[in-house]
This record gives sequence, C-alpha cells and structure tokens, in this order.
Amino acid sequence: MNLRRDVFQAIADPTRRAILLLVAAQSMTAGAIAAKFDTARPTVSKHLQILTECELLEQEQNGREIYYHINAKKMKEVADFIEPFRQMWDDRFNKLESIMKKYKTK
Amino acid sequence: MEQKTKINAGDGKQDLTITRTFDLPVELLFRAYAEPDIIEQWMSNPYSTTKILKFETASHGGYQLESRDAGGKVVFRANGAIHEFDPNRKIIRTFEMEGTPYGVQLEVYQFERLTEDTSKLNMHVIYESVAQRDQVLALPFAQGINMAHNRLEEIVSKQK
Repeated sequence: MNLRRDVFQAIADPTRRAILLLVAAQSMTAGAIAAKFDTARPTVSKHLQILTECELLEQEQNGREIYYHINAKKMKEVADFIEPFRQMWDDRFNKLESIMKKYKTK
Repeated sequence: MEQKTKINAGDGKQDLTITRTFDLPVELLFRAYAEPDIIEQWMSNPYSTTKILKFETASHGGYQLESRDAGGKVVFRANGAIHEFDPNRKIIRTFEMEGTPYGVQLEVYQFERLTEDTSKLNMHVIYESVAQRDQVLALPFAQGINMAHNRLEEIVSKQK
C-alpha cells in the first residue's frame, strides 16, 4: 500500500475536512480534537495520521503535548487558500462602496 | 478583468497587505471609517448586525464593536486602540477579537486619492506571529470547505 497519501483523497472525507476546520481555527492536541467527535478515538487518530502524512497538518511538540496545526503552504496546493479570504474582503468593500455612493452629493 | 481587491501574503511572514481601489472620492472612502453609523451599515450583513459601542477617533483613543445574530445573541466583540487618526490620509490602530485565540493585530490604513472620483485603500496588517497570521488567513477557507460540505450533504440527503 502506498503510504504517500494523496492530498485530494485526504480532504474527500467529511470528518477530515471537519478536523481541518477545527485546527484552522486553533492549534489543538489529538485529545482535544477527538473530544469534538462522536467517532472512536482510534478513528480520529487515523484521520490525523492521514492528514499529517499528506502534510496538511503539522505536529508541534509543546512540553508533553503534541499540537496539530494547519500547514498553510500545503493547503495552498489544494486550492487557492487565500481566495476565500480575498473574497470575504472583496464582498465587504463592495458593500462599503455601494453604501458610500449614496452619500455622494447629488 | 483585474481584481479590485488584492491580498499579498508572503510565505512565512507575519503580516499581509490588502489593497482595494474604490469608485469613491478619498473623502467618502475615509468617512466610511470615521462615522460610527456608517461603519455599522457596511459591517452588518443579513446574518448579523454590527453595533459600535465605543468610538474615540482622537490619537490614543479606542473603539469597541459587537455583532449580534438575528436572535440578538452576541456573535463576537472586538476592540482596539487608535494610535493615529489623520483624516483622508491614514489610520493606525490595533484590532482584537475578544475571547478568541487570534491575538492582537496592528493595522495601518493608507488612504490615497487616485482621481477626483476614485481612491485606493492600502491596509497593512501585522500579526503577533506567522502562525497567527496563517490561522486568520485560513478561517474563510476552512469555513468555505465546511459550507460546501454541508450543501453537499443537504443535496445527498434529499436524494435518499
């Protein structure tokens, strides 16, 4: 079996996407991540292993704990990682612009 | 077509820039950042209403705002200190979402007149660390994949 996991296969799974969402918001330990799911802990561990193998997640030792965090570089390969952030600002600025046009002196 | 809003976020850096051109005179663009009732308008959306709780634009002043969902529940509160407030030119302030792990960010806003009726905003945002910047950058992406997934689930469950 090929251990080099395909990134697209990794994010095809809804639980793994949910894990990415959680970790994107905050670096977390395996225990803290597992606590958010009804799934058995070994299943969550397996998901974390897959996400780490394909480098979407990175591990960081902090004292006795291992924290998982998002590997932004790798995420960029999957999709244009920054595009949703840009879109959010673009929407906000579009709204600002249309509101301010009403304040233009007629 | 050229995009009006541009993001520049270099790998391994703890800052980013957001630039945007507006079909607005620079005075009107600046007003959008200077008057609380106007800020409330453009920061609100169909899902949440933003209210400015405190707004002192003098140098070394501060501000605080909150967003509530349709049910009146507070979604988030943010605050910051204003370091410099130079009408139609520049704002330097901090921004911090209360009770979140994203830390405090330093924001430098430069307002630039392009023509009589157009202007440009250049935002330079500096985070506490590379990791914090990447987290903030990843949020809309992560929310996006989650929303896409929820929609997919909805479609699939309807077909059952």
